[in-house]
Amino acid sequence: MTKLLEIRDLKTQFFTSAGVVRAVDGITYDVAPGETVAVVGESGCGKSVSAMSILRLIPDPPGRIVAGSIMFDGKDLLALSEAEMREVRGRDIGMIFQEPMTSLNPVLTIERQITETLEEHLDVSKAAARQKALEMLNLVGISDPERRLKQYPHHLSGGMRQRVMIAMALACGPKLIIADEPTTALDVTIQAQILELMKELTRKLGVALIIITHNLGVVARYADRVNVMYAGRIIESGDAVQIYHNPKHPYTLALLRSVPRMDQARGQKLRPVSGQPPDLTKLDEGCAFRPRCDFATEQCARAAPALEEVEPGHISACWEKAKVGLVEAVG
Amino acid sequence: MWQYVFKRLLLMIPTVIGAAFVIFFLLRAMPGDVCELKLGGEGAYVDEAQITLCREQLGLDDPLAVQFADFVWGIATLDFGTSMITGRAITYEMGLRFELSLQVAIMATIVAIMISIPLGTLSAVYQNTWIDYIVRTVAIAGIAIPSFWLGILILLALLSISEAMTGTRWTPPLDYVPIWEDPVYNLSMLIWPAVATGYRYSAVATRMTRSSLLEVLREDYVRTARAKGLVEKIIINRHALKNALLPVVTVIGIEFAFLMGGLVVTEQVFNLNGLGNLLVQSVTSVDYTMTQGIVMVIVLVFVITNFFVDILYAWLDPRIRYS
Ligand SMILES: Nc1ncnc2c1ncn2[C@@H]1O[C@H](COP(=O)(O)OP(=O)(O)O)[C@@H](O)[C@H]1O
Ligand SMILES: [Mg+2]
Repeated sequence: MTKLLEIRDLKTQFFTSAGVVRAVDGITYDVAPGETVAVVGESGCGKSVSAMSILRLIPDPPGRIVAGSIMFDGKDLLALSEAEMREVRGRDIGMIFQEPMTSLNPVLTIERQITETLEEHLDVSKAAARQKALEMLNLVGISDPERRLKQYPHHLSGGMRQRVMIAMALACGPKLIIADEPTTALDVTIQAQILELMKELTRKLGVALIIITHNLGVVARYADRVNVMYAGRIIESGDAVQIYHNPKHPYTLALLRSVPRMDQARGQKLRPVSGQPPDLTKLDEGCAFRPRCDFATEQCARAAPALEEVEPGHISACWEKAKVGLVEAVG
Repeated sequence: MWQYVFKRLLLMIPTVIGAAFVIFFLLRAMPGDVCELKLGGEGAYVDEAQITLCREQLGLDDPLAVQFADFVWGIATLDFGTSMITGRAITYEMGLRFELSLQVAIMATIVAIMISIPLGTLSAVYQNTWIDYIVRTVAIAGIAIPSFWLGILILLALLSISEAMTGTRWTPPLDYVPIWEDPVYNLSMLIWPAVATGYRYSAVATRMTRSSLLEVLREDYVRTARAKGLVEKIIINRHALKNALLPVVTVIGIEFAFLMGGLVVTEQVFNLNGLGNLLVQSVTSVDYTMTQGIVMVIVLVFVITNFFVDILYAWLDPRIRYS
């Protein structure tokens, strides 16, 4: 099948006074049309930067995409002019952000914020844009949309605002939605609702979805594929079942132990990943995870392991990956 | 919205009375006696009885509370009484001067807005480029150059340019004519002080616009606007500026009120009979009624300006409008 999005060896760096932050350090992954791909990792591992790189919204200075390619729908995004890139943003790729409280403009009505995307990208009249905005609010399950259109963000709860963000992202009929921790800031009950809504809508509309999260538990139910990121790299990638039941990287394993699981006895202790993520300005040639790794050997200090297949469709970057599943089985 | 406007209107009453209280009693704490100054100003001997009589006439021997009540009632009816020195009605003395000062203040504010918002915006959008450096230099110069000095420069420039072009020297007219009687004449007189002070006052507002906009441009909703693929012009004008202008409006509002009575030196440079000069005269001659009348008028302008600033705020920010 032809891919919708192909990211190849993408590197994004920030040139700060403290040094060069290697926020995204050579990531490669694909998204097929209609597919849901999760990007998982601890805070600060480069998830947001990788997402913003796809839309070319990295603040420059200090940031810059220094290497790699991003093919989207037959176009090389990194080769597009700024004007061509603007056409892609909001029309072909929609984006949903983490903070619903601050991601909507407080001084503009909901209507204005939805219709402006339509007016920018589609050749629509004001009335048609308004009609479309109404439809979108209906679609994302906002009751009394007529009234909501006239309101301002501060009238809406966090969950509602995130629904509005989803409506905005879907308004122009994009092929891909990137959702950057869309539920992290919400109540747990609302989180499930929003995730369900996104799953349902992307299925229904055939839109591909990249969902970014630091919670592996969240993605198990919603993602087709999972990319686990650590220190700016993808260290393990596979389908949801493989990652969830047969992790082949010590970091994935640690992440899994830090979230509650359905298939686990109740009362089992959750263990947060011990240690601190590395300083992205001071990465050496070894594996970035080794200071926190139970499996680390001398080899890990000498060179960073490459991603290698452990089973069809499942890759892991670990020198000791053969042992990882084993210990899990014993423990 | 209307409820908000009404609330703000009501709030003006205690503010004005409070200000009146402070002005009234501060003035009475000032040293000096208007009757002694008026009668014996030249150093001549004055009969004690004459001074007592003078005080009686001016109502200075009434209890302070009565004088204060008179004063507040006067404010309410826009009748500030008569000058203790000239004996003429204070509203008459202020008359044209108030008009002139108000016009200069309004024009200077317009100049300041027209300079500061576009320049501040440019400076923020092109942060750390040569455009930004030029704007910041212009703004710093505005703060550093006193407006009277700029006024002198403008007058000199007018002289030499008019001489070079027509052979005769032209200076702005000196007698004030209201704008509705002869707009060209009026503007040819007042545009220069308005530009001189407007430029100076734009400096603070320019820097404010710049820093406020820079802050807003880092907000999440601006990132959202970018992710929607909007063009930069819409992102700045619709999304960023409306949020960034809130603090700028406050600064400009406060400056406006200050322009009403604070242009003493500029008024002298341009030979204008404005409120500023009248205020200085009345203070040096210990003319209580005149001084408190002028200060009160300035306070009223300040309170009214604040009212408009608040309305503008509410218009810009729905969170205020609906609270
Ligand atoms: N504007 C910036 N300037 C400097 N460093 C940045 C900037 N944005 C992100 N970074 C750095 O890039 C790394 C990855 O950040 P991010 O992608 O936001 O992490 P997360 O996985 O939590 O989304 C972090 O170390 C962060 O400090
Ligand atoms: Mg993030």
